[in-house]
Amino acid sequence: MLEKQHAGSPVLHIDRVNLTLGGHEILRDINLSIREGEFVCVVGPSGCGKTTMLRLLAGLYQPTSGDVTYRSTRMTHPRQDIAIVFQDYGKALLPWRTAHGNVSLAFEALNAPREGRDDKIEQLLAKVGLGGQGKKYPNQLSGGMQQRLQIARCLAQTPSVLLMDEPFGALDAMTRQGLQDEILSIVRGTGATAFFVTHDLEEAIYLGDRVIGLLPHPGRVAIEVEVNLPRDRNQLTTREDPEFLRLRRQLFDFIKEAES
Amino acid sequence: MNALLRIDPRGLVLPVGLLVLAEVFARATNLQSDALAPPSDIFVSGIAALADGSMLYATWQTLANAGFGLAIGFSIGMALGILMGLFAPLNRLLEVTVEVLRPIPSVALIPIALLVYGFGHRLEFSIVAFATMWPALILTRSAIAGIEPRLIEVSRALQLSLSARIFKIVIPAALPRIFVALRLGVGISLIVAVTVEVTTNPMGVGYKMMEASQALRPGLALAYLVWVGILGWAVNGLMLLIQKHLFGPAANIEARL
Repeated sequence: MLEKQHAGSPVLHIDRVNLTLGGHEILRDINLSIREGEFVCVVGPSGCGKTTMLRLLAGLYQPTSGDVTYRSTRMTHPRQDIAIVFQDYGKALLPWRTAHGNVSLAFEALNAPREGRDDKIEQLLAKVGLGGQGKKYPNQLSGGMQQRLQIARCLAQTPSVLLMDEPFGALDAMTRQGLQDEILSIVRGTGATAFFVTHDLEEAIYLGDRVIGLLPHPGRVAIEVEVNLPRDRNQLTTREDPEFLRLRRQLFDFIKEAES
Repeated sequence: MNALLRIDPRGLVLPVGLLVLAEVFARATNLQSDALAPPSDIFVSGIAALADGSMLYATWQTLANAGFGLAIGFSIGMALGILMGLFAPLNRLLEVTVEVLRPIPSVALIPIALLVYGFGHRLEFSIVAFATMWPALILTRSAIAGIEPRLIEVSRALQLSLSARIFKIVIPAALPRIFVALRLGVGISLIVAVTVEVTTNPMGVGYKMMEASQALRPGLALAYLVWVGILGWAVNGLMLLIQKHLFGPAANIEARL
């Protein structure tokens, strides 16, 4: 039912998944297909299992029943071509390594040739707006820059899927808008498929091709909307688009209903 | 760096005052004792022992034994601590054994070690190794347990190999706390080495102290006591400097708590 509008085979597929952790039912009967190059955003009140869903797609959790597949292969463990951007960038970076060294970790994990590695790292840092900052340590960078660094490390994996767990949740509004546009252009530039968890409805609509709304206790898919906005998003015009406002209203009503 | 070595002059009032009082008391009563000596005598004996090289040679023996024993004990303890911290089944397998062996007072092994090795270096550093292995193991294991779980997830997400996970994530992340364990181990190694020398082993500063005591030379025995104190203080200061250099001021605060 969820796939009805999508052409092409799904990259990620969640099929009748239930997940129980420590006796608590976290997710119930989740079905979701994400097609190649699609940008899917997930919203919902806290405790609805959005992060858990991301961790299932990452291979960090295994479903209690049902299947999670990546290009028709079951996800039994994390994969190097699926990159995860964690919300708490401060904890996900290695504080004893420089920015350069943190990106290098991904190349080391891939056993990429040493030759030209430094240039590639420098290019990636420049791509996320950290050109010339390679020698700095994470604690010498601002929150926004640390998150850019984590994104650069993920891009070093040349991922076909980017899983992002509230990546901009801890950043101030201006930084967040800048990074939203950058992540859009990066995802478009690499052709990667994106799965983006957020608690910010407007962010979800602004970024997504599709927005999934979850409800808690247990976490389940409750609403799904296609975002039919022009792909060239703009912080001003997109957010003033009547379609944007209509979707915003629809999702706000959904959340309000969920909370009542 | 200077803050570690700088001493508040007000803190010197009490020890210097006591020294002066002791000297005055000794001279006033014309002290003749087998156990006490006036500070001036302790000072002269100490300088003499330093000048003829006997004190430095004994110091070298003690430090070599303590250092070598620590190197062995700490390496084994740290390696076991890392493995037990990473692999829960191994932890369960070894836990009881560790808890049974750990409370054995290290000096209680002197008679056994004496039978096995006789007098000499091996007797001493084997006891030091045993004594320092347990804190290294326990503290390394808890350092591993205290690693930010997100970092372990990052290593999983990147599919790092086991050796890369240990050497690129686990050890660097646990290193500041492992170094605190090392500082503790350094202190223990000195205490145990001197203890073995005082009780059994005819070498090092501990033995020199016993020798002076048995020769009824309290000045020299007390000079060695002061010297051991200075030694312990200097070694700890050196470790603090290294720690600060390696891990910065943040680690230093944590270490002093």
